[in-house]
Amino acid sequence: MKIGITLRGVAAAAAVSLTLVASGCGGGGESGGNEASPGAAGSEAAENANLAITFVPKNLGNPYFDTSDKGGEEAISEFGGKYAEVGPAEASPDAQVSYINTLTQQQVGGIVISANDKKAIGDALQEARDAGIKVVTYDSDTEPEYRDLFVNQATAEGIAKVQIDMIAEQIGDSGEIAILSASANATNQNAWIELMKKELANHPNIKLVDTVYGNDKDQESFDKTAALLQSHPNLKGIIAPTTVGIAAAGRYLSTSKAKGKVALTGLGTPNQMRKYVQDGTVKEFALWNPHDLGYLAAYATKSLITGEIKGTEGDKFTAGKLGEYTVGADNTVVLGDPYKFNKDNIDQFKF
Amino acid sequence: MASLTAPAEATTEAARSYLDHGAPLWRRVLLTREMAIIALLLAVIIVASAALPRFATPVTLGFLLLDVMPILLIALPMTCVIITGEIDLSVGSMVGLSSVLFGIMHQTGLSIPLAALIAVLAGIVGGAINGILVTAVGLPSLAVTIGTLALFRGLAVGLLGTTAITDFPRYWTQLAKAKIGDTGIPQVMIIFVLLVIIFAILLHFTTFGRGIYAIGLSPEAAHFSGIKVGRTKLILFILTGTIAALAGVYYTLRFGSSRGDNATGMELQVIAAVLLGGVSIFGGRGALHGVIAGVLLIGVLASALRLAGVTADVINIITGVLLILSVVTSSVLSWVQRRRARPRALSQGGSSAS
Amino acid sequence: MTSTEMLTPVEEGTSFSSRVGAIARARETGIVLAIAIVIIVTTIKNPTFLFSLDGWRDLLLTPSILVVLAIGEAIVIITRNVDLSVGSVLGLSAYLTGTLFIKFQGIPILAVFLISIVFGALLGLINGALVAFARVPALVITLGTLYAYRGIDVAWAGASLINASDLPPDFLALGTKTILTIPVLTIIALIVLIIGAWYMKNTRGGREFYAIGSDPAAAELYGLAVTKRVLSAFVVSGAAAGLAGVLYAARYGTVNSQAGLGFELDAVAAAVIGGVAIFGGSGTLWGAAFGAVLLLTINRALPVLGVPDFWQRAVVGVLIIGAIVLDRILALRQSRKLIEARDTAPAVVEMPVGAAEERGEGEEGDRG
Repeated sequence: MKIGITLRGVAAAAAVSLTLVASGCGGGGESGGNEASPGAAGSEAAENANLAITFVPKNLGNPYFDTSDKGGEEAISEFGGKYAEVGPAEASPDAQVSYINTLTQQQVGGIVISANDKKAIGDALQEARDAGIKVVTYDSDTEPEYRDLFVNQATAEGIAKVQIDMIAEQIGDSGEIAILSASANATNQNAWIELMKKELANHPNIKLVDTVYGNDKDQESFDKTAALLQSHPNLKGIIAPTTVGIAAAGRYLSTSKAKGKVALTGLGTPNQMRKYVQDGTVKEFALWNPHDLGYLAAYATKSLITGEIKGTEGDKFTAGKLGEYTVGADNTVVLGDPYKFNKDNIDQFKF
Repeated sequence: MASLTAPAEATTEAARSYLDHGAPLWRRVLLTREMAIIALLLAVIIVASAALPRFATPVTLGFLLLDVMPILLIALPMTCVIITGEIDLSVGSMVGLSSVLFGIMHQTGLSIPLAALIAVLAGIVGGAINGILVTAVGLPSLAVTIGTLALFRGLAVGLLGTTAITDFPRYWTQLAKAKIGDTGIPQVMIIFVLLVIIFAILLHFTTFGRGIYAIGLSPEAAHFSGIKVGRTKLILFILTGTIAALAGVYYTLRFGSSRGDNATGMELQVIAAVLLGGVSIFGGRGALHGVIAGVLLIGVLASALRLAGVTADVINIITGVLLILSVVTSSVLSWVQRRRARPRALSQGGSSAS
Repeated sequence: MTSTEMLTPVEEGTSFSSRVGAIARARETGIVLAIAIVIIVTTIKNPTFLFSLDGWRDLLLTPSILVVLAIGEAIVIITRNVDLSVGSVLGLSAYLTGTLFIKFQGIPILAVFLISIVFGALLGLINGALVAFARVPALVITLGTLYAYRGIDVAWAGASLINASDLPPDFLALGTKTILTIPVLTIIALIVLIIGAWYMKNTRGGREFYAIGSDPAAAELYGLAVTKRVLSAFVVSGAAAGLAGVLYAARYGTVNSQAGLGFELDAVAAAVIGGVAIFGGSGTLWGAAFGAVLLLTINRALPVLGVPDFWQRAVVGVLIIGAIVLDRILALRQSRKLIEARDTAPAVVEMPVGAAEERGEGEEGDRG
């Protein structure tokens, strides 16, 4: 045992150390210290500003964020920064905290994050800001005190209203509807749902009977749609203000007897919804261009890092090819208005 | 006896290794499984500090210890449980349940310490459920704790759904993360050190602790030597539940979020670390310093790899492979030991080494 | 620990052995009864649960993936081991299925089935080899491979996912197609079940699994090829998980790196609830399959009954604990009856009195 243990200990130590050295010294083969393997930031740039910006979406494997973060990547390569994307597999608040902590350790220049919860990641973000990192939220906000800027895709009122308008039109302004949302804590969906409930006051014959959560997971959203149809046999419409949810719901509806009888609308990406619009499961849905959202967020972060803006109301900055933007109330920048997709125009869009 | 172990029971005795009391003290202390892990830990720390400039900083140390704290806490009683030959798979779910109860109690207006107390009480009850089912009803701990894993997690998710309670007073969430001066070491480590001392005394300096080892080596023999096997196991399960609940309170305050699915899968991380630290799954063997080194090893590896930009999945692969390697090599080693012992035994006229 | 059935001399027609048979059979019928009750109660509340084409289809379709998993898991548990890696194997296999369809356009569906099953079998082989040859407890090995395989899955899939639009439409149609109102996936699961159950009950190989789980040392002394059998148990479990992965891809259409997360516990739960004793040596594949159906039917019934489906996990937990407590009570009662029968039966074999006492003690105090 004596020789065995010592030999084994040494061999194992060597093996593990080799692994560490190999990965720690960077996948690109650079010598230890300067840059880590692709996917992390941390270069002490020769320039004054640290333009290493990392995107932290709600979760990975989400086509909406794939598109938006690609927009961010495009922007970052335009102004010569360093792009990275990290995120949890599960859209839960505590999972994001670990990634924020790591980014703080790595001393990136800016974090662009879509929050899974308004408050839970606040402490971690504050620590990052104390270390000099700029924090910008996009898509889903935190409490304003934890971030430098919020890049919103459209006004929350506008997003809520367009969805209520669409469902009212599709079910003849009367009947039972349900909401299939993402995760129960998501700031953006919750804000929209609140406003949707207010907007429903203008439609007295429509009744909201249930709100279920698919957690931005395809299988869960699929199963929850089935459960909704089971539990509410008189359901006339479903609103899914989440691109993962509406795609899963569309897939379930298009193979079930409820197709055409239960209306489905919400926020979805053209690529995922094309099939269901063409086969009649979905008449109309809305979104904005997530690519532009990520693009704008990256430019906003850059402006903060270089000191071009402070993030307060009235600041102006240029976002590459999108033009000039002004910071509004609550340190928020709004991208634009939601856009409706239907059979007539869906083929024009490729995201 | 160990009912869920290798198919051929004949080899389980041989797979254990006994302290060779004939060897000098330095050999007994240094050339052990635990020391190998500690050496490995030190080696990894040195390499990581050299390869990653941001690694050996108070900031990194702080985050590392904060991350690994719940596992450190739960690994202490889990070590004792595994040494007796049982297992407790429900600890992760207990962390989640305690987190949920803590959050709900606080939301209904109770102060933080009071809410924490209720969460810990739940841990005691949960541990008692496990213990009673294993000792009084006589069920195998693997099956029982798979059941309570589902039950506790189910209660946690049932009570809160997928909402998270995130409204906790700044004072307490900051306290959970507060560091000692400039060293970067979190203040909660003080609690941990206290617990380590308690458990070390319990395990190595009391008859209760001797009893734990005896039960792991042979429950029947322990029973006939007068050790109260049932009561010991019951106490250990209750301890595990309590500390898991405590870890749940810490987890909630550290992440600022009380959610039904908090700490899903944590039980596997604890068991992996404990086994890595040299505790034998067959029972009867193991020590705390090895376990602590095992937890820290996984923590340091994960932290260093994350800092280097390696993604979480690679860390999981490494954890899984390390776990398998550690158990397989100890099995192979004892096989080698047996082979070498046989001719020695024959020439010495059949001495004990099996 | 030991299956006391081995002590019973099998005599056809005695009232005692027919009573023993009744107890054994009662477990499966009990579960079928429970399923029936759940369905009836839910249908009363909402008739479309059963009496609608969608409802009937979903009722049969939803458990089919878990049934396949539970069958493989049951075989492993019967040999007194456990396989915790089936969820990760399912995830890998599902992703492989999607990747095959994307990379090799027009590949025949049957080929994909076969490749995924073989892939799963290979992953199971790794588990089995480590358990059988290295003599390490299956719990630890499959814990390690659970981590490792999931990590490989995430590393391979990365942030991408397989979309339903990437898969050929006839493959996706398998997920919802029905033959005479019975879904194709359910038929596949049924075929696997029938073949597996027949093998376990009627062939020597199947009986050897039970023997090994009952008393490994005795099995080895008896001359059974324990290593080979344990190895094949894990290979079967892996293959079942591979098949389940294909079914998952067909049913859900979208596969990401998290597919199958947590399924292993459901598989073990289904087996345990279905009467497969966790310490091996008893239980049937039919029981495991019914256990799976019961679990998922309750899952679907809860929201209809007005119970938020968040409570589903808690119900599963209560069921598992109830099942193993029930098993224990039955085993105790059975062993007591057997001792009674032995003590009151005419002495056919001369046994030293001391040995009989000792064995009686051993039964009660031996708690594995």
